[in-house]
This record gives sequence, C-alpha cells and structure tokens, in this order.
Amino acid sequence: MKNSLNRFVPDGYKPFVGSDEYKKQERRLIKEKKTSKGFTELKDVSDLFDKLNITDGMTLSFHHHLRNGDFVLNMVAEEIKRRNLKNIKLAPSSIFPNNKILVELIENGNVTDIYTDYVNGPVAQAISEGKLKGTCVMHTHGGRPQAIESGDLHIDVAILGVPVVDKEGNGSGVYGKSACGSLGYAESDLRYADKVVFVTDTFVDVCEKPQLDGKYVDFVLKVPAIGDPAGIVSGTTKITKDPVGLKIARNAAQLLDELGMIKDGLSMQTGAGGTSLAVAYYVKKRMVERGIKGSFASGGITGYFTDMLEEGLFDELFDVQCFDLKAVESIKKNATHHAMSGSKYANAFDDNVVDKLDFVILGATEIDLDFNVNVTTDSHGKIMGGSGGHSDTAHGAKVTVITTNLVKSRLPIIKEQVTTVTTPGEDVDVLVTERGIAINPRRTDLLEKVKNSKLPIYKIQDLLKIAYEITGEPLKTEKSDIPVGVVVYRDGTVIDTVFKTKQVTK
Amino acid sequence: MKRGIAGTLESNDIMITVKESDTLKVTLNSIVYDFFHTRIEKVIYDTLAELGVDKVDVVCEDKGALDCTIKARLITAIHRMEGER
Repeated sequence: MKNSLNRFVPDGYKPFVGSDEYKKQERRLIKEKKTSKGFTELKDVSDLFDKLNITDGMTLSFHHHLRNGDFVLNMVAEEIKRRNLKNIKLAPSSIFPNNKILVELIENGNVTDIYTDYVNGPVAQAISEGKLKGTCVMHTHGGRPQAIESGDLHIDVAILGVPVVDKEGNGSGVYGKSACGSLGYAESDLRYADKVVFVTDTFVDVCEKPQLDGKYVDFVLKVPAIGDPAGIVSGTTKITKDPVGLKIARNAAQLLDELGMIKDGLSMQTGAGGTSLAVAYYVKKRMVERGIKGSFASGGITGYFTDMLEEGLFDELFDVQCFDLKAVESIKKNATHHAMSGSKYANAFDDNVVDKLDFVILGATEIDLDFNVNVTTDSHGKIMGGSGGHSDTAHGAKVTVITTNLVKSRLPIIKEQVTTVTTPGEDVDVLVTERGIAINPRRTDLLEKVKNSKLPIYKIQDLLKIAYEITGEPLKTEKSDIPVGVVVYRDGTVIDTVFKTKQVTK
Repeated sequence: MKRGIAGTLESNDIMITVKESDTLKVTLNSIVYDFFHTRIEKVIYDTLAELGVDKVDVVCEDKGALDCTIKARLITAIHRMEGER
C-alpha cells in the first residue's frame, strides 16, 4: 500500500494522510498503572529479572536521558544475553553508539523488535543490514507518548535510570553524580507501563520538586553508577565558528526578522547544533538591541538558552531534556526553567508546547522539491538518526526553518525526492542555505512578506540547479525491497518505510 | 619506486597516491561512489591525459571532493612523484 506521499506502507500499518489528520480523532487513553505506597528494593539485576518475572517476548522500555553515557540499557541487555531470553521487544526513547551490545542480541534473536525515536551508531547499522527479525518502529518524541498512553505500544516493564530517588520513590534528574536534568521522556513509561523499576545510584531522604512521582514505582535497584557523566551531557554546546554555518545563521535570522517573527512575546526552539545556536545568537542580538522580550523557548535546552533566560530575554524555558551541564545547573536553580514531559512537549493529543511555538530552527540530511525532509537515513538509505522532535515541532511552529549547507561532502542536500520522509513538506516552510533561501510555495503569506527583500530568495528548483552546477548530477540508486523499519508519524500512521541497505561502499 | 601523495582524508577532500607503474591502473574508494563514480573517474582519466601520463598506479581515497579538488590533488601528486616542485 502507498500513503498520500506515494511512499510504501507495509501490511498492518495505517498509511499517512496529512499532518492535520489527528484533529479528526479523539485522544485515546488506557488506564494509568496501579499505584502503590512504597517500593521494593532489588538486590541486583538478576533479582530484577526474577522479581518481575521477565520472560521471552516481553516489551521493556527505557529513556535516553543518560545519552551516550547510559549504563542502564546495557546492564539489562547483558542480563537478557546471560539468560538467553528470546523475542524481547525493546522500547528505548533513543539508542546511541554506546548501546552497541544490542547488535549481538539482535543477531542472536534475543531482541527481535525495537521501538525508538532515534537510533545511530552500530545498532542503526545492524538494523539497516536487516539483522533485526522483526521491525524497527521509529516514532517521534511526541508520537511515542501517544503510542504509550493509547496502548498501541504496550510496555510490560519500564526500567528507568533515575539520578536520585527518595524514600517515597520520587525521582529527580537534577541531583546526584549522574545528574542529567529533565527526565521528560520517562514520564509516559512511568504512568502507563505495567510495572516500573527505577535504577539509581543515589538515595536521598527527601527529593525536592521531584519530576517522577513515586506512587507509580514498584521496584528500585541501586547500582554503583547509572551512567558515565562524561557521556551524559556535553560540557558545553557552542555556536559554530564555520563561516558557512555563520552565513546561513545570519540569513536565517534576517529572514525571520523580515517575516516579523522577532517581536515581543516570541517563542522559539532550536536544535543544539552549532548552526542552530548561531541563529539563536543573531536573533538574540536583535532582541537585545530593540529591548524585545520573548515568552518562552523549548526543547532540548542548552546553556545558550539558560543564559538568555537569566538575562531576562525569555519569561520561561520548557525543557524535556538538558543538553549540557549549564542547562542542568539552571533547571536546579531557576524557578522559570521548567521540566516537561515528552507528552506536554509534543504529543499531538495533549495540550502541548510545540503548538505554541512561533518558529523552530531544524536541520536536514535531505530536503526535496516538495519540502519533505529526511533526518532518518543517509542518502544510501542507511539509518543514522530519526525524527526525535523534528516532525512534531515542524507541525506545531508557525514557521519552520531548515538550516543546512547546500552541499555536504559533494552530496547536494536538496533532492528531487528524499530517500526517506521524516517530516512532510506541508509542515516545512523555509530552507536557508549558504547559497540562497527557498520558501515553500504553499506559504503565500510568507512569500508576500518578503517580496521586496534583498535576501537571495530562489525557487527550491533553482537552488537544486545551483547545487548540481557545483557537484554534478548524482547517479540514481535503487532501493532494496526488503523493509527493515517504519517511520511512524506523530499520529501513529506510517509516513515512510526504511529498507535494507545494499552493500554499497566500494 | 617513485611515489607522490597529495590531499587529506578530511571531509570534502581526496587523498591521491600515485606510483610508477608499467600499466595504467586507477583504484577509487569514495563515500559518494554510488552517486559520482563515473564523474570522478572521468576527471582522473582526463587529467592524466592532459598531463600526458599513461602509465601510473593511482589510488584515491575520496571524502566527497569536488572535481576541481580532485584535479588539483592529482596534478600535485603526479608532480611530487616526478620530483618537481
């Protein structure tokens, strides 16, 4: 079956129709899990498997707040391997290179299905090579909470790394030696999994302003360390020094200005990449010069935005995940820096933050003539990421800006058709590259506002021609016809399929 | 045996190693092989022809270099092999 973007949808999945289709549906909620008074402390990971009776075919979920320093998923994976359990389904909110032990479990059939919002490194490679017996289901950060709360993604046991846990089982991410800040992606798992285990390395008597409510917690396991602080958060995230990145950022900020987006009460989100932060820098400059005060910034929060909060440039920050140490410090001390759940961040059916965004700055691995964006696979079709909050914020924000180099390592970033659709073109408004800007023709309102602009605004087809003049026209490549994964849009429909990669590199 | 190397393994560059040989042999490894191998090979053969070199062993490690870079690296590698400045 094909969906409305003419992309293949495997049997058993609903095809994507349009990004507003969710409005025709009611929110579906299963009953929250049973609450309890107090929790049972576990001795070790083996005790965890015994007490929870973890057996073949179960679905175990995790969050990725400890990022590339996470020990929790790996610890559980080792135990699955030791017990040689089969057909386990894993639902971690993201998978990073340090989770490479999963490759072995995939090859051995211990793990047969994966549900995640983002995957890169060796596990992504193994999935792309077709080693997973079942399917890799790739959600968005807002789609995952929706899948969990509706029961579409049923979790037997949520095993959640929590930096500090108090006597009542309340959990927080902002204290302890493994502090990672907000634990937003753990909240749906906490409320809707059949059983919940916290894994911590620090007990405290009382946890101030806990993000995770202890009433849902069944078991707690204390281990020497839940993660490696060096991999949990980056020391600092910095603005790019690359002149090309800076030029893109300058033009993006100028365009936002000409579109009238830089005004009192503005709300914005950017990624943590160097170019995205440079856009924030140029926006900030205008805010300071004109005495403009924004309402909020959201997303994965970096020190750059906590500085802006502390300088009075925003009223509030809504933070689902802290990207650096400064953000962790800020969420601890600033009352207006709020932790939020993945559902409050981006769930289409919740009263969410992305819908209130004025503009968002996002990246792209590929963008096509219909403005569809791919951040899931590379141009060979190999998995190297996933939506995360890409398609959620693109839908919610009034103006979605993609910033990218026109050409990266000879590959034009503009394609006639993207290899894989992550975010539909109907939600992507502007492309800013170092060679020029393209505005989605659907946005006649934006085109009208910049009709007298001195910025280099082209049709996207003309930007593609400019790219081809630099690189030459790439040869067409064939996809295999063996699906290895599905890209699930935030409403639960399939927007594209990921296929097994051929042996490509010569 | 005479040998010349030019370029790096950085993104957007190409490292070309040329060696004296009795035959003409070109080996191309490229991160964009599937998309541009015909063009890259054409630049290499055309450049060798311009230089009047018809017997040489060329090994390319391409990290997405543009044609102008490929040509410049190859000319430099050949000159280095021949001992010119």
